[in-house]
Amino acid sequence: MSWKDYIKQNMFPLFTCSGCTHGTVTNAFVRVADELKLDKDKTVIVCAIGCAGRIPTFLDFPVLRVTHGRALAFATGIKLSRPDVKVIALMGDGDALAIGGNHFIHAARRNIDITAIVSRNEIYGMTGGQYAPTTPPGARATTAPYGMLEPAFDTCKVAEGAGATYVARSDAYHVQHLQRTLKAALQHKGFAVVEVLTSCPTQFGRRNNLADPAKMLERIKEMTVTKAQAEKMTPEELAGKFVIGEFVNTSRPELTDIYAQAFAGMGV
Amino acid sequence: MSRRELIQGNEACARGALKAGVRFCAGYPITPSTDVVEFLAQELPKVGGRFIQMEDEIASMGAVLGASVMGVKAMTVTSGPGFDLMQENIAFGAMAQLPCVVVNVQRSGPSTGGATLPAQGDLIQAKYGTSGDSPRIVLYPNSVEEIYRLTVKAFNYAEQYMTPVILLMDEIIGHMREDVDLEAIDVGEIVERRRTNIPPSEYRPYEADETGIPILMPFGSGYRYVVQGMHHDVYGMPNLSAANVEATIYQINSKIDRHKEEIWLWEEKETEDADILLVAVGCVSRSALEVVEQARKRGLKVGLFRPITIWPFPEEPLSQVLARVKAVIVPEMNWGQLIHKVKEVKPDRVAAVPINKYDGTLIMPEEILKVVEEVK
Repeated sequence: MSWKDYIKQNMFPLFTCSGCTHGTVTNAFVRVADELKLDKDKTVIVCAIGCAGRIPTFLDFPVLRVTHGRALAFATGIKLSRPDVKVIALMGDGDALAIGGNHFIHAARRNIDITAIVSRNEIYGMTGGQYAPTTPPGARATTAPYGMLEPAFDTCKVAEGAGATYVARSDAYHVQHLQRTLKAALQHKGFAVVEVLTSCPTQFGRRNNLADPAKMLERIKEMTVTKAQAEKMTPEELAGKFVIGEFVNTSRPELTDIYAQAFAGMGV
Repeated sequence: MSRRELIQGNEACARGALKAGVRFCAGYPITPSTDVVEFLAQELPKVGGRFIQMEDEIASMGAVLGASVMGVKAMTVTSGPGFDLMQENIAFGAMAQLPCVVVNVQRSGPSTGGATLPAQGDLIQAKYGTSGDSPRIVLYPNSVEEIYRLTVKAFNYAEQYMTPVILLMDEIIGHMREDVDLEAIDVGEIVERRRTNIPPSEYRPYEADETGIPILMPFGSGYRYVVQGMHHDVYGMPNLSAANVEATIYQINSKIDRHKEEIWLWEEKETEDADILLVAVGCVSRSALEVVEQARKRGLKVGLFRPITIWPFPEEPLSQVLARVKAVIVPEMNWGQLIHKVKEVKPDRVAAVPINKYDGTLIMPEEILKVVEEVK
């Protein structure tokens, strides 16, 4: 087995725009899948709508690609009805946090054994550049022609607050870090969230003087700091920065285990 | 030994589902349907099944389809506003061809309406509640015993035709109690999802065979493919070519059209010589049955045609009866829904008379009888 066995090679290249780093996330994911030797027939990928939601159809797994925002709702039905199957949800930020926000917090509360990977490109790419709940204040989007007026979600704090037992952030610039983070998340038992900062030069960059893919990667590099760096920084210095690393790595009873224990001895 | 019990319609639905082999239920509380999920929450663990109360009806419907893609018989239960929220994912089930059962115990609407008030306002929505053209099999029982049988039938149809099936009920039949022996009821064969022995490398999940119905192998069984709501090719991959889009829409709709005669269920009472035909469903059909008896005693030739399969609508069986009558009366607890289908199939010379009641109470036999006397 090699990482190539986890993709449908005949379907490539991806449909994504040049300079898009969703492909970087996909690359990291399949390499980790290979490292962990994920059993393709005992793993289900769930995804939904948007650029990040369509890419998983190129993976050589059973893939359930559902209605916008509902990946984690479907994933919950998969995991609860077949706890022996590994379930991975690959989502964009609009998918996971706007339309799917309700399912996101409840999946975290339940601590159901699902790995949720959220690509944060700060924009709705597929529909042409509208603002997301992750668009930075002031940034321009087609529906924020005067600049983004709302504050953005801190995905990791939302996940932690709702009860996720693994929460980490990485990004498409630090690919080694990304792979290590995805590997840890995929090995975690319980609801695991990885937010990955990605870049969309076409829809975000073009409206924010960052149309150059390399510039957008530079931006990710500049706005990310490690936990160790962050500890030495003042709140003013941390404004607009994203801390990368693990925020939560803990253990509490997982939902399908709780069910199995509660009903042990009952039924067939 | 007879084990007759006084059983509520909603409980009969839950017990029918267990009889059919349901092993997963996701739901969200909503009156007047909640008894069904309460019963399943109690009983599913005893048969190795799982119940979960989701965060809303959108999630419930999603979780049900998630279980279905794993090959598990799954259902959800709701009423008006919850049924609204489920529509998008019901269409997903129709498009992706995932079987499941959705029970809608109708209450007075629109919106919050009246949670405890009976109504029949969702007859059209049950078929046409979603965007695009997708098929729906919709069944509507009118007694506790029939709720039990039709719940089994709903699962059978879902697995056989690979599509969500809606079991419509209403507050009256859901909360009504009748003296029945469910164990003694012969529900017939329990249908299981078709399987194939085709090797995974040659498997094309959405390529229908001579039945027009695809065989979808459960995820996790060695077959890797994509299940999605976007137009897709035979492998499930996104494909928006005109030929492919047409083929997708044709497949999901024609598989029901071509099997409609096997799906149609209906009941006729005294239709042979009827001058006046009543067409009624659910709780109202019980009043209509009473009217047939009373009218016959008065020497009026009244009959009843009760569609049990609401969608696909039993057009031919009804039109055969309508060809013999002088007038048709359609009593229904809404602004006028069933009557549209009746008008579609009736001959021009037959008058169609509506009785619409939307005050949250049952149409009583005397209300129908009064119209029969006017029409005769």
